Amino acid sequence: MTETHSTSRATEPVASGIPDGGPPVGEPRPGPFPWLTAELRGSWMETRTAKTLLLSVPGWTGHDPGQHVDIKLTAEDGYAAQRSYSIASASAQGWLQLTVETVSNGEVSPYLVETMDPGDKLQLRGPLGGWFRWTERLTEPALLVGGGSGIVPLMAMLRQRIQSGVATPFHLIYMARTPDHLFYANELYTLMQSHAGVTIDQLYSRSGLPDDSRPPGRLNLDDLPTPTAEPSAVAPRVYVCGPTGFVENAARLLQARGHQSDTIRTERFGPSGG
Amino acid sequence: MELSDLAVDGNAIAGSLAEIFAVDVTSAQVQCDQCGATHPLADEKAYVRGPGSVLRCANCSAVLARFVKARDAIWLDLRGSTAWQIRTRT
Amino acid sequence: MSVISRGFGSKRAAADPRIPPGQYRTEDFPVLSAGPTPHLDTAVWALDITAVDGTRHTLSWQQLMELPDEELTVDIHCVTKWSKLGTHWRGVPVTALLDAAQFDTQDTHYALVHSYGGYSTNFPLEDLLDDKAWVVFEYDGKPLAPHHGGPARLLVPHLYLWKSAKWINGIELRPDDRLGFWESLGYHAYGDPWQEQRYVGD
Repeated sequence: MTETHSTSRATEPVASGIPDGGPPVGEPRPGPFPWLTAELRGSWMETRTAKTLLLSVPGWTGHDPGQHVDIKLTAEDGYAAQRSYSIASASAQGWLQLTVETVSNGEVSPYLVETMDPGDKLQLRGPLGGWFRWTERLTEPALLVGGGSGIVPLMAMLRQRIQSGVATPFHLIYMARTPDHLFYANELYTLMQSHAGVTIDQLYSRSGLPDDSRPPGRLNLDDLPTPTAEPSAVAPRVYVCGPTGFVENAARLLQARGHQSDTIRTERFGPSGG
Repeated sequence: MELSDLAVDGNAIAGSLAEIFAVDVTSAQVQCDQCGATHPLADEKAYVRGPGSVLRCANCSAVLARFVKARDAIWLDLRGSTAWQIRTRT
Repeated sequence: MSVISRGFGSKRAAADPRIPPGQYRTEDFPVLSAGPTPHLDTAVWALDITAVDGTRHTLSWQQLMELPDEELTVDIHCVTKWSKLGTHWRGVPVTALLDAAQFDTQDTHYALVHSYGGYSTNFPLEDLLDDKAWVVFEYDGKPLAPHHGGPARLLVPHLYLWKSAKWINGIELRPDDRLGFWESLGYHAYGDPWQEQRYVGD
């Protein structure tokens, strides 16, 4: 049976504007996904409220950037809480990095950012999410559009591109509230200086730097390239990630800019992670 | 972004569904019984903070599936969605 | 086999008689939902009360406001394990609503409560009567916010909070019990937190 996904569709959604991302990106890892024990090896703050955690995970065999893990914390009295976090690092055996933003009144993020010390443990399973994924086998240029903590899975894609040594053109458009809210600031700057195929546009929504040419504000049409603007003039694969409102706005603008809905994939973080 | 809509997307239930399906179903094409729209599960709306998880159509918000992890069992209700197409080979 | 995360988890109040088994006290008021928050205009809000024979009595917002209301302070317990003590509400006892509908409740042993958006939850009728259940429209002295179920929700504090249907729009009186949204998917039909009746079979 060789149906393509488009023949199984009945009616097109009425003006939903939801991009469909096209056919799957090659086989994702099969299940099952048992809970693995992870130990914190080190951590550092990216901003005043977000921290990158370096976790050692025996039995972890790597992932495709864009994928996430489920984290489970169990208290001494048996109470447990679970959340999902995008993997921030490129694929590696036995370890991975997460970048977590503290959500006030959250249950899990304050523990990860403020309480957890090196040597402490948690459980995780994955890698999950076969849909929002990039692999170095994809040859089209990549256009990554990230808002706030939506940069995390996109950073994993960028890091994987560098690690794998491919020359795929990458264009990252990263919208942060203010310069104080930037994750990976130094690394992004260095990457752009040292890799010819990587372009990074840093945008601010609330307030920026004195010599910025673009005034701070919400994402708009002019911030986005057309599909044929990339150096190779090949329409890029587009990945959009961030809070739901940002993603829906960006997806709408991208389609207005001419990107076909089957080239756009989105991941919505919701209003808060918790 | 209003506090009022707590939806995330289908990626949030990938792990829980993998406990039943033994594969990652985020790429499954799911069609809504109510409006006919088809999306990959990853793009549908998911409400995950209540007693269970509810997957809703990204187009019309109708319930596509519900999921509860109870003490000794997992309960799954797929009413609201017409067949799921889960690729096994690409 | 679980791995303990050192330092995680709020400490449960030791042997606090107001906290049911398996619950943890919170000072927050977590917002949990099965779907998008409806935004309802009281000008078109309606509560349908249907009798066993199908007779329907519809209450408008105006009519709800004309019924006798009262202030209440109660403890609430969510099946997701948080309990909040001493919450303040204002509302109309369900008994007063049913009296206003003037239905004969002889063959009525159960009720299925409906919400805007399609949610439902079921009860033995007696658990909605007397001083056990209210339709509330104020929380903490202010109009009930949409994300907490406003403009009006059901409040049944002696049962788990999933039974306190947000955005209530109907009370269907029935001779037999019909399971609601969560009760048909593994949750306990009755839901007494003091007997820890979370799931079917508990």
